[in-house]
Order: sequence, then C-alpha cells, then structure tokens
Amino acid sequence: MSGKTVENKVERAANNKNVSLPMSRVKLIMKSSPDVSCINQDALFLTTKATELFVQHLALSSYNKGSGKQKNTLSYSDLADAAEETETFQFLTDILPKKILARDYLKSLEEMEEVDDN
Amino acid sequence: MAERPEDLNLPNAVITRIIKEALPEGVNVSKEARRAISQAASVFVLYATSCANSFAMKAKRKTLNAGDVMAAMEEMEFERFLPPLREALEAYKKGQKGKKEASEQKRKDKEKKNGTEENDKSREEEDDEEEHMEDEPDAENEGEEEDVEN
Repeated sequence: MSGKTVENKVERAANNKNVSLPMSRVKLIMKSSPDVSCINQDALFLTTKATELFVQHLALSSYNKGSGKQKNTLSYSDLADAAEETETFQFLTDILPKKILARDYLKSLEEMEEVDDN
Repeated sequence: MAERPEDLNLPNAVITRIIKEALPEGVNVSKEARRAISQAASVFVLYATSCANSFAMKAKRKTLNAGDVMAAMEEMEFERFLPPLREALEAYKKGQKGKKEASEQKRKDKEKKNGTEENDKSREEEDDEEEHMEDEPDAENEGEEEDVEN
C-alpha cells in the first residue's frame, strides 16, 4: 500500500501547478555549482518543482518505512534509514549519516586499527 | 552568488509546509528531521543541476534547459517525477505566456466544442499572476568558463 500512497501524494502535488519554494533561492543553489553558467527559466522552474516532489517523496517514503509510524512521528533515523536502504536516496547518505553511539564508534575504530596492525 | 552558507538553504517554513502536505494528518516531524530534509533538498538541487549540466555539456550548450533537467531526473531514477513535472511545466508556460491569453483561447475553443456553459469560470483564475521572479539579467555570470577537469 505504501507505494500507492506515495504515488497518490505525488499526483496530488502535481495538481498544484505553481511552486511554493522560492525560485530565486533555487537558482542561487544551482549557480553555486562550479561549472554551471546559464539556466533557462523553464529549467529553473522544473528543478524547483522537482525539489518539491522530492521533499514529499523523501518524507513520505521515510515515514512509511520508518519505525515511527506507530508513534505518528517522522524522526531523523527514519530518514537516515531510507537514505541507506533506498537506492534512489543513496546520494543522501553523506548528509544523512546514521547516528552511532560514541562507544560503538570507538570500538569500530579499535577494530580497524587491529586490522591495520595485522 | 551565494555569500554566506545559509544562502544555500531553502526556507524552513516552506519546507515544513511541503512535508506536512505529504504526510498524513497529525504526524509529527521532529526538528532534526525537518532540518535534514531541508538539507537533503539542497543536495538534491545540486545533484540534479550537475546531472543536467553534464547533459548540456554533452550537447555543447552552455545553458541548462528543460530537457536537461528531465534527462537528469531519469538519470537519477526519479522517473516517477516526470509526468507531474511535464504537467507542471506546461501549466507554468501557459501562465507565463501572454497573460494566459493562449489558454483562455484554448479553453473557449474547448467549451465551444463541448457546447458547455460557464464562461465565467475561466475568468476567476486570472488573479493568481503572482510575482514571477523578474529575470535578473544574467549579467553576473562571472564563472562563465571555469576550467572543467574531469
């Protein structure tokens, strides 16, 4: 069922023709990419719209897969899980790292060192 | 150009609203989750831009166009966005061109064809001509041709 709801939501978003994110800001982000010189208006509009669809898609599929569903919450770990498990969200793993306890991290560091020593 | 790092963030209020729209009613979104989604959205823009740009470069064009963005979506495996994007772009173009004269004409033609009433319905929709960002004259293209090394 989750797949279907995602689609419904995406469809609903499509019915809303205009964008709510500021295109000027999106343009700024696009231009911060080093080798981009010009962006035509349609491309800017499409990117803005796509970003909105993306936000909804990310939120909804993280929520549907996530553990917070019973608690009616979308939490950071749901997002991090989605980034790790969903192929299309893989590019997010760098900015959505899984949280890890310091002691687990230290342990894994130690293990790595041991491997290096051998 | 972006002066401060915050310039590369998307407005939180808008992001929050978009998230709320997507989720079932009454779902709580933690502050951390909201911030993360907002950052993810910025990264998405950059990723899409760089994909689209590589299509433009392949075609020896300097300006990113709609086709490049659509191709980028496919490349990123977000095909599901293509139909809604196409639809939205169409609507956007109509809205931009000739103050909807074109669409009005079309609608009238259609109405004639269907022999339906309510001509006044088309009128109601005229008011939402919100500020389409004035095209900043793309003069500040200093970075015109950064040497691309890859």
